[in-house]
Amino acid sequence: MTSRVEALQTFKRDGRIVIVGASLAGLRAAESLRDEGFTGSLTMIGDETAEPYDRPPLSKQVLTGWVPATGTTLPRRRDVDAQWLLGTPATGLDLADNVVRLADGREVPFDRMLISTGVRARPWPVAAEAALTGVFVVRTREDAEGLQQAIAAGPKRVLIIGAGFTGSEIASICRERDIAVTVAELGSGPLVGALGAMIGEIAADMQLANGVDLRCGVKVTQLEGDAQGRFRRAHFSDGSTVDADVAVVALGGIRNTEWLRDSGLAIGPWGVACDSGCRAFDLNGLVTDDIFVAGDVARCPHPIYEYRFISLEHWANAVEQAEIAAHNMVNLQADRWPHLAIPTFWSIQFGVNIKSVGVPTFADEVIVAQGSVSEHRFVAAYGYKGRVTAAVTFNNAKWLDHYRKLIEAAAPFPPAQPTPDQPADAKPMPVDFPGPLLLSQDATVVVTGHDPSERRVTAVRP
Amino acid sequence: MRVVVDLSRCQGYAQCAFLAPDAFRMHGEEALMYDPNPDDSQRDQVLRAAAACPIQAILVEQLEGPAMTVEARRS
Repeated sequence: MTSRVEALQTFKRDGRIVIVGASLAGLRAAESLRDEGFTGSLTMIGDETAEPYDRPPLSKQVLTGWVPATGTTLPRRRDVDAQWLLGTPATGLDLADNVVRLADGREVPFDRMLISTGVRARPWPVAAEAALTGVFVVRTREDAEGLQQAIAAGPKRVLIIGAGFTGSEIASICRERDIAVTVAELGSGPLVGALGAMIGEIAADMQLANGVDLRCGVKVTQLEGDAQGRFRRAHFSDGSTVDADVAVVALGGIRNTEWLRDSGLAIGPWGVACDSGCRAFDLNGLVTDDIFVAGDVARCPHPIYEYRFISLEHWANAVEQAEIAAHNMVNLQADRWPHLAIPTFWSIQFGVNIKSVGVPTFADEVIVAQGSVSEHRFVAAYGYKGRVTAAVTFNNAKWLDHYRKLIEAAAPFPPAQPTPDQPADAKPMPVDFPGPLLLSQDATVVVTGHDPSERRVTAVRP
Repeated sequence: MRVVVDLSRCQGYAQCAFLAPDAFRMHGEEALMYDPNPDDSQRDQVLRAAAACPIQAILVEQLEGPAMTVEARRS
């Protein structure tokens, strides 16, 4: 028996694994570690006090009032026999000594660790305006509970800032309850940033048909409160105003990487970079041996997409990546698995089931491959340089797996295989995503040194 | 009881909404909305729904006892 095999067996029996981030990815990783035969000590660290709960229902079933915010605790696949340190955020990582530092001053040593700290809601940028009564974000169960109560109180109008998936879902729920809704979106239409201009137009039609006051191409410049500190009015960049008593800030998320800023890992606004086996990169872009990453905070290269680094805030990605990370944490290099799942995503809004497979932003053309746009029952296929890279379905989920296989097989675009229900006039059109605006992040590093033995990366901070 | 549905795999067959209508409801033609914490009185129906799902996308709690002992919890 080689020493490497012996060392692995000792680690699997008596080793110490710490998982920082006790939500979906952290929980599924813990379960998978036990499935893989890890019998050592397992510590789960989380900043929230609740045991792991599911977030997608928070902007759907919980807001309708059907399900209480506390009712989305995740079922367990098995006992994980872990020590749970909840309500104790991690504040630092020391890779020299392999220790996680906690906000309460404790230090937790480990042999291997998993980072699954996810994202938090991007707050309204003006703190005094964000603090007005009636202004909400939706990420945690407390957020959802507060917004559910505000919606149940029968507001005269709800303003939703940002027409991404979460904002659109909340707009849909308000309209189901016959509450007046204004949606303000900086882009040209709802969902445009994720799915492109063609879907954006369809999503805009859906919102308008359901009575949403949709305002695109405008920025909310100010949230105004009354003397009691209650939100009353929003000001827009075009000079107009809207009176409302609830404002939902749905401007996406911020990846929780601040606690790693002195760790020497490759972190930035885009997350924690890792290889397709979920091993974290250090600042120099060298892969580490004992630090793994999974879920919304991870950013890993996908071979199907030219090995570009991709971060995904998708439920299925958190589950699949956590299982890959767990497997690789307790196996030798030769037995490790790459995370090659094709991304999938869903959203429910205005009675329509929207799903996607692949990476729609990795595309130069899009075509309605099946179905009818006017009936909101269709498949849009996305292509890049003549191959299929993604598909989006509206009430046509049964076809998603077919397109996943086309993506995996690098099938030609437009798809050649005959499928039923092809529109007679289908032709590819430019995909039209918003420009490089979203890509222009500030630099995070500089390189110093000349000799190859001296060249190193240093983090840059604003 | 705790339930989660992998909606990225759900294809809207609606077997669950037929077998356990208090816990699983269709929203429009094929979107599923479900109660992630249905009452224990619905246990048999929910288990039947999970078993009937053609793509096995419904996960029901597998643990009998308490799921965890929390060592530290800030109020």
